[in-house]
Amino acid sequence: MSGVRVLVGTRKGAFILTSDGKRERWEVSGPHFAGWEMYHLKGSPADPNRLYASQCSGWFGQIIQRSDDGGKTWTQPGTPPGERTTPEGAPKGESNKFVYDTSSETGKALTTHQFYDGTQHPWEFKRVWHLEPSLSDPDTVYAGVEDAALFRSKDGGKSWQELSGLRGHGTGPKWQPGAGGMCLHTIVLDPSNPQRMFVAISAAGAFRTDDAGKTWRPINRGLKSQYIPDPEAEVGHCVHRIAMHRSRPGVLFMQKHWDVMRSDNAGDLWQEISGNLPTDFGFVVDVHAHEPETVYVVPIKSDGEHFPPDGKLRVYRSRSGGNEWEALTKGLPQRDCYVNVLRDAMAVDSLDECGVYFGTTGGQVYCSPDAGDNWAPIVRDLPAVLSVEVQTLP
Amino acid sequence: MIRVVLPAHLRGLAHVAGEVELEIKGPATQRSVVDALEASYPMLRGTIRDHVTQQRRPFLRFFACEEDLSHESPDAPLPDAVVSGKEPLLIVGAIAGG
Repeated sequence: MSGVRVLVGTRKGAFILTSDGKRERWEVSGPHFAGWEMYHLKGSPADPNRLYASQCSGWFGQIIQRSDDGGKTWTQPGTPPGERTTPEGAPKGESNKFVYDTSSETGKALTTHQFYDGTQHPWEFKRVWHLEPSLSDPDTVYAGVEDAALFRSKDGGKSWQELSGLRGHGTGPKWQPGAGGMCLHTIVLDPSNPQRMFVAISAAGAFRTDDAGKTWRPINRGLKSQYIPDPEAEVGHCVHRIAMHRSRPGVLFMQKHWDVMRSDNAGDLWQEISGNLPTDFGFVVDVHAHEPETVYVVPIKSDGEHFPPDGKLRVYRSRSGGNEWEALTKGLPQRDCYVNVLRDAMAVDSLDECGVYFGTTGGQVYCSPDAGDNWAPIVRDLPAVLSVEVQTLP
Repeated sequence: MIRVVLPAHLRGLAHVAGEVELEIKGPATQRSVVDALEASYPMLRGTIRDHVTQQRRPFLRFFACEEDLSHESPDAPLPDAVVSGKEPLLIVGAIAGG
């Protein structure tokens, strides 16, 4: 019987939650990397046992971890513990080396970006927010980092190179940090076109490449952000998350700082689909595994009050691709709930009856095995959840 | 033989339980000790000092013999008691919450 593996990153470690296809009984493994901030874990679509994890700390910086056995054991890629040599020679210990590309051949001048106070500020690497493994090659993985840039590894995470066309395409000095920092947090790969991918940056906006990352262009037309001088500027928008259904890679859904948006032309133009949501602020957005017009968001009261409206934790589902939303509440706390759901903390599985998952800053991870109709907590008391990913296992 | 005490999280990364003992060729300095530490435990590269600038990470400090050596030159000789192995070099995470 098929099953699911839920990869949970928290403020103080990683947890792996597994269940069979019924998704009623769960085994909890962890904490892995106890005490470390685990921003994101994700499995390779090409090899479900290959997992990548971003581990970081204000003291010790960035670490990349990799598992080749579904999370049972982990190593820093290229640096097996206790071994002075590897088949490639002495371990270089460079799996955590993220250096912006400033070479004259491939890189761009290391420009500045806008800081909180409006002055220009140099790019400084801080951490990896998001890891996106290639759809076809387990050794290729993309990393979205703070300060915002996109890196790629083609050797299983042992070494990383910046795709500098993004940071260097010209609008960098207008990018600015959001409240969480200036982070590249979303990477969406087009399953029908290996040359195309989408990224999103807070607060710069969404960008698309059609040549596998060499060149990029902003795709923010139709976005309106009242908190920047020109609400319809080319860049500067605080995009929180983008989601796509693999059967329709030209259709994108976006949770912006405020506003839920949709594009039917791969980001060339966006339209608002907030409709009857109680608030259109939020962080997560995701799409049903089998119904490309079924979309999920978790409305959050405001940017100043990062908790659900009225103390009620409600997932909203649209079955019409937006505008018409229904509240999903069965099994979720409907009083005195003041948690947040962060941008990388929602995912869906692809079992016949689509499961939907999300984690909260209160440490709960909820599962709905029936596309959102009913919810139950898998765990209630983890550290604050930063990210949730799901693998559907054969 | 130089003795080095690592913060708990770095002991976990390096898969060591207690103090680390290092042979240093040439003068024992902060730089030569961290060089030797990183050669023996390459998974620690980038965690104590920046990969590129080689600057000590801002929230880490070097203590020994009840003295804060953090702002000494990285090429200054370590105290005799550290060189002889009588006292360890302590790599300490600053207490900054979290």
